[in-house]
Amino acid sequence: MSQTEIAPMAAGNPDRLTGLKTFWHYFSVNRGAVIGLFVFILLVLAALFAPLLAPYAPDVQDKTAFLRPPAWQAGGSTQFLLGTDPVGRDILSRLLYGARFSLLIGAVVVTLALTGGITLGLLAGYFRGWVDVAIMRVMDLILAFPSLLLALVLVTILGPGLFNAMLAIALVLQPHFARLVRAAVMAEKSREYVVAAKVAGAGHLRLMLATILPNCLAPLIVQGTLSFSNAILEAAALGFLGLGAQPPTPEWGTMLASAREFILRAWWVVTFPGLAILITVLAINLVGDGLRDALDPKLRRS
Amino acid sequence: MLRYLLNKIALLIPTLVGITICAFAFVRLLPGDPILAMAGEHGVAPARYEELKEKFGYNLPIWQQYARYVGEVATGDFGVSISSKRPVLEEFKTLFPATLELSFFAMVFAMVIGIPAGIFAAVKRGSWFDQSLMGTALVGYSMPIFWWGLLLIIFFSGYLGWTPVSGRIGLQFFFKPITGFMTIDSLLYGKWDAFRSALSHLVLPAIVLGTIPLAVIARQTRSAMLEVLGEDYVRTARAKGLSAARVVGVHALRNALIPVVTTIGLQVGTLLAGAILTETIFAWPGIGKWMVDSIFKRDYVVVQSGLLLIALIVMAVNLIVDVLYAVINPRIRAA
Repeated sequence: MSQTEIAPMAAGNPDRLTGLKTFWHYFSVNRGAVIGLFVFILLVLAALFAPLLAPYAPDVQDKTAFLRPPAWQAGGSTQFLLGTDPVGRDILSRLLYGARFSLLIGAVVVTLALTGGITLGLLAGYFRGWVDVAIMRVMDLILAFPSLLLALVLVTILGPGLFNAMLAIALVLQPHFARLVRAAVMAEKSREYVVAAKVAGAGHLRLMLATILPNCLAPLIVQGTLSFSNAILEAAALGFLGLGAQPPTPEWGTMLASAREFILRAWWVVTFPGLAILITVLAINLVGDGLRDALDPKLRRS
Repeated sequence: MLRYLLNKIALLIPTLVGITICAFAFVRLLPGDPILAMAGEHGVAPARYEELKEKFGYNLPIWQQYARYVGEVATGDFGVSISSKRPVLEEFKTLFPATLELSFFAMVFAMVIGIPAGIFAAVKRGSWFDQSLMGTALVGYSMPIFWWGLLLIIFFSGYLGWTPVSGRIGLQFFFKPITGFMTIDSLLYGKWDAFRSALSHLVLPAIVLGTIPLAVIARQTRSAMLEVLGEDYVRTARAKGLSAARVVGVHALRNALIPVVTTIGLQVGTLLAGAILTETIFAWPGIGKWMVDSIFKRDYVVVQSGLLLIALIVMAVNLIVDVLYAVINPRIRAA
């Protein structure tokens, strides 16, 4: 996975198609990233087509089949490929539906954190002065708490549930984006093209959004990918602690929580949901590494 | 140096104020009446309600309430737990050593494996060892540690029966804490069986909590080492004919460790967040489990003060890391 000398990608390539091609060229050098992307696409497909793929509905209970082991183990049958949980629900079906929740969590959290972070980072980096001080001190404050603890406390205030958990996680992840955007804006602000746009009469909004922001995108995309996997992990952790998605939602962390007391009797109820989380997070992190290699030569792992 | 230190501390003041505001606001942001929330499920009589309102100062203007809160905290009064009726600070003092011991051993585990592995991977760059280590590190970094803990319990406690499932030490052992570290205290009392019991309880949680720091440290050591190995002074050392072990172990490592030390310091927040999950899984009686339990018991006095105390610890550790960093690296001080 360690790829040697890669020439930095020409910044601001005017030709979009060649830009994409160059991007794919650098991205595909990283074998792990391509595998990660492939797994991620499979996950998206699984989430989209869960109703077609899943043999059962996620919440249907078979009262004749409590804690059935997976098909390949003695006592298991192909009726329930990955076995059943303590109330007789098919684990495979629940995992497939669970992919929807994990991807939704990732997408919603990253969207919220990105929007908030970009807005605050732009304001702080562009206007500086007291606006900057006020915003960045609040960001420092959020970062002073261990992220999971802060998310826990926020959920305590908002009340447990998937949506509140997403809000809390977005708030906790958001300072990373704000810092990144602020630093990038400060670096870009004094460049000639920005000054030129200013002289040409561009207003504050235009300067911020149309002139400066597009040139800060590369690190944002990388951070966004990493936050996507972080969000999934933290939401699963909250679900596991009983403060995220509530049963019977087939969210993977929540599934683990309700399986906990059976760990010494039925390994499969615990193993598969966690494996699903690990594979998803790993795939996204692999893609993140590849994106960093392709988009941001400065951040590239040596 | 003193100026650097004072400067750093001055920068922390807004954060410090912010942390107290957060903790202060927490109880007031909870849905419903704070007094009723604190009283719990039993509720209070109207007369008692007024009395409590008076006592906690809820009838004062908000800024006076805040000033009062800061005054209490500054004098070490963190309130009394609703569920145990004990002062929160006292509970914290008895539970914190457990978290400290767990975190300490988790960090030792992460460093003892992570640093040598990272160095070796950098020296053998591109080898199968390097590739598989970086792959494993990414898996470790992506690990949902609550699941990892359950897997280890299934295998080592359930299948092999080697380690206990929960707690800090066997119930048959009881001694008055000296350092608060079970492993050290049992040795100080000269009880070998107690020491073995403490160690067997500690090993799985420490591995679980150390997994993510291990991955981060291995990756960071590798990349710091790679950077340093390309520097002129390393080439010079090689050219002088020094042995490879001396070049890597002395000339390169000393400089590569600077960013690694910073990384280790920055893991403290991660460790405390991880402790919440690890302690919950292994029923480890530390502050992480204490916070989660208190949230479920609706013991908001504990949650409020725990939040404050944990944030203060993270802040203090970050300050120490900053200062240590400046001590090792004089270039930082000048900036």
